Amino acid sequence: MTYKLDEKILSGEPNQDSTRAGFGRGLVTAARNDENVVGLCADLTESVQMHKFAEEFPERFVEIGIAEQNLVTVASGMAHVGKIPFAASYAAFNPGRNWEQIRTTIALNDVPVKIIGSHAGLNVGPDGATHQMLEDIALMRVLPNMVVIAPGDAVEAEKVAVACARDSRPNYIRLTREKSPTFSASDAPFEIGRAYILREGSDVAICATGTMTAQALIAAAELEKQGISAEIIHVPTIKPLDETTILKSARKTGKVITVEEHQIAGGFGSAIAELLSERYHDVIPSTVEESVQSTKDSSSSLCSAQNDKFLLHRIGINDQFGQSGTAEELLKHYGLTAENIVSTAIELVQNRSN
Amino acid sequence: MTTIREIEIHARNMRENIVRMLVAAGSGHPAGALGLADIYAALFFDVLHYDRDNPESPDRDILVISNGHTVPVFYAALAEIGAIPESELLTLRKFGSRLQGHPERKSLPWIETTSGPLGCGLSQVAGMAYALKYWKVSGANLTSARLSKDGERVSEKTRDDGLDERRGSNGSARGLQRFVYCMVGDGELDEGNNWEALMFAAKNRLGNLIAVIDRNHIQIDGDTEDVMPLEPLDDKFRAFGWQVIQIDGNNPESFIDACAMARAETDCPTAILAYTVPGKGVSFMENDYTWHGKTPNPEQAQKALNELEAEKL
Repeated sequence: MTYKLDEKILSGEPNQDSTRAGFGRGLVTAARNDENVVGLCADLTESVQMHKFAEEFPERFVEIGIAEQNLVTVASGMAHVGKIPFAASYAAFNPGRNWEQIRTTIALNDVPVKIIGSHAGLNVGPDGATHQMLEDIALMRVLPNMVVIAPGDAVEAEKVAVACARDSRPNYIRLTREKSPTFSASDAPFEIGRAYILREGSDVAICATGTMTAQALIAAAELEKQGISAEIIHVPTIKPLDETTILKSARKTGKVITVEEHQIAGGFGSAIAELLSERYHDVIPSTVEESVQSTKDSSSSLCSAQNDKFLLHRIGINDQFGQSGTAEELLKHYGLTAENIVSTAIELVQNRSN
Repeated sequence: MTTIREIEIHARNMRENIVRMLVAAGSGHPAGALGLADIYAALFFDVLHYDRDNPESPDRDILVISNGHTVPVFYAALAEIGAIPESELLTLRKFGSRLQGHPERKSLPWIETTSGPLGCGLSQVAGMAYALKYWKVSGANLTSARLSKDGERVSEKTRDDGLDERRGSNGSARGLQRFVYCMVGDGELDEGNNWEALMFAAKNRLGNLIAVIDRNHIQIDGDTEDVMPLEPLDDKFRAFGWQVIQIDGNNPESFIDACAMARAETDCPTAILAYTVPGKGVSFMENDYTWHGKTPNPEQAQKALNELEAEKL
C-alpha cells in the first residue's frame, strides 16, 4: 500500500504546522473518545497545547505547577486507579528533570502514563542550549516497557495522541515547538511500531524520525534530479522499531542514512546502527504478509541481503549542546537540513561505488 | 473485632518473622521494619479495609510503601493475615521470589505501586487520592465518584465516630469511602519531590490521604537531625496545609485512634507523625542507626529471636 503524502509537500510551499499543535488537537479527540483520559501540566498549558483540552474538559485537567517530578508521579498514581494520564511539559524537564521517577513509578510499574516532551530539539531556538533537549530519545528508549514516538508532522501527531490513549503501555511522545512542513495526508496511516516507506528508491535508504522526515523527502526530490534514487523511511516509533521494514530497505540499498534532531549517540541513529550491526544478515520475511505465509512455506518467501555489506551515516547532533539563534540558523549550523542530507547521500553513494 | 492485646501479639509474631526473613536473605533493612511492626499490625488487623482473598477488591483502601526498604514488615503482615504462606517469607530477596527486595507491583498483587527510590510515594498517593476524590474510578461505586464537577462533595456519609468504625481484617464492615495511606520514612523527607506532593495534596484538599511518617530519627548516615535537620517537622506539615497528629508509633491503640481522626478530617490531608523506636523489640538494635541497612548474623538473630520470644510470655 502506498503511503499517502500531503500533495503540497514538494511544492516549495508546503503546509506548515507544529507537532505540538497537532498533539493538542489529538488530545481533545482522545478525551472525547474515553472519559478516563486526563491531562496534567506543569505551568505550561498553552505552550504544550493542552489548553484546548483544558477548556473542553476542565474537570479532567490538573495543574501541577512547576514541579516535573510531581507531574509524573501524580500521573502514575492516577494511572494506578484506571486513568490514562497525559503528563506534559518541556522535554528538557520531562523526561530531563524527572527521569528516575519515570523509570520507577511509570516504566517499572508498567502503567499507561503518556509522557509528553514538548519543545524538543534545536528548534526552540532563542531559548538556547538549556531548553534545547537533544538527549530525550536516548533517555527514554533504554527504559523497558516504554514506547518512544516522535511524530513527523502535525497531522501525524494528532493521530499519535489518539493511538497512545488506546495503548496500555507507558508512552513517550516527543514534540516540537516550531512549525515544520506537513508531509502526511490526513488519511495516511499511523500505527504504533510501524515505519512507513514514503518513497521507494534503490541507491540509498534514508531513515528519518520526527520532523526530519520532511527534510528527507525534500532531499530525495533533489537527489533524484542528480540521478540518485533515495528510499525514504519514516520512523515515528523509535521503540519498538519496525525492524523488518528498516532491514528490508537497508539490504535493498546497502547504504543507510539516519536523520534526527537529537544526539546521534544513544538516539535514533544509534538504534538503527544497533539493528543493522546485529541483524543485517539475518534471514527475515520480506513483508508482513509474507511473514504470515512463511510459517506455511519457509523456503519460497524469504529474502536475503541483496548487498552483503552496508554503509551507515548518522545525521544528528554530534556530542555538542545547542545555542541561541533562530530555528533555521541552528538547523543549518548543525546540519539538519535537506541540503546536508543531499550532500551526505551523494558522498555515501560515491564512496560505495569506489 | 481484634483487640489491642491481639494486635500486640501479631506485631511480635511479625517481628520474629522479620528477623527470620532478613537473616535468611543475608541483606535488607531491619531497624525500620521492626520499628513499624506495631503500626502494620494495627493497619492490617484494624485500620485498613481490604479483602484477604481478593487483594484487588475494588473498594479496598490503598496502602503505599514510600519507604520501600521497610517492605519486610509488609510481607510479615501479609503472612500474619494469611494472605501469603509464612514459609514464603524465607524467599525474601531471592531469585524468582515474589518478595522482591523493594516492593514491586507486578511481582505480588498486594503491592499497589513499585517503590524504593525514596521520595516519590507521597506524590503517587496524591495522584490516587485525587482520582478517587474527584473522578469516577474504574470498577467501583464510590461516594468519592459522586462529586460535582468542581470537586465539591455532593454528599458524604462520614462516620459519626471513627473509633466505632474499626473494621476487621475480613472487611465485613464496608466503608463508603476509600482512603489512601502512605508509609513515609522520616529520612526520605530530604527528597524535594515530597514537598511538591505536600503542596499538591493541600491545594486539592485531599482529605482521603493519610501519610504516616515513621519518625524514628535514623537514616543511613546517622541521626536525621545531623544528616539534614527536619525539625520543626510538625510545623512544616502544618505550614504546608496539612493536619498533623503526633503519636507514639509503637502504641497500636494511639495509631488506630489517629487514623480515625485523620479519616474524620475530610478537607485536608493528614500527616500522622509516628514516633517509633527503630529496631524495636531487639535490645541491641533499638535506636542504633547502624542497623538501618545491615542484617544480623545467625548468632545475633538467635539472640533477637530469644528476646522477642521472652517478650511474649
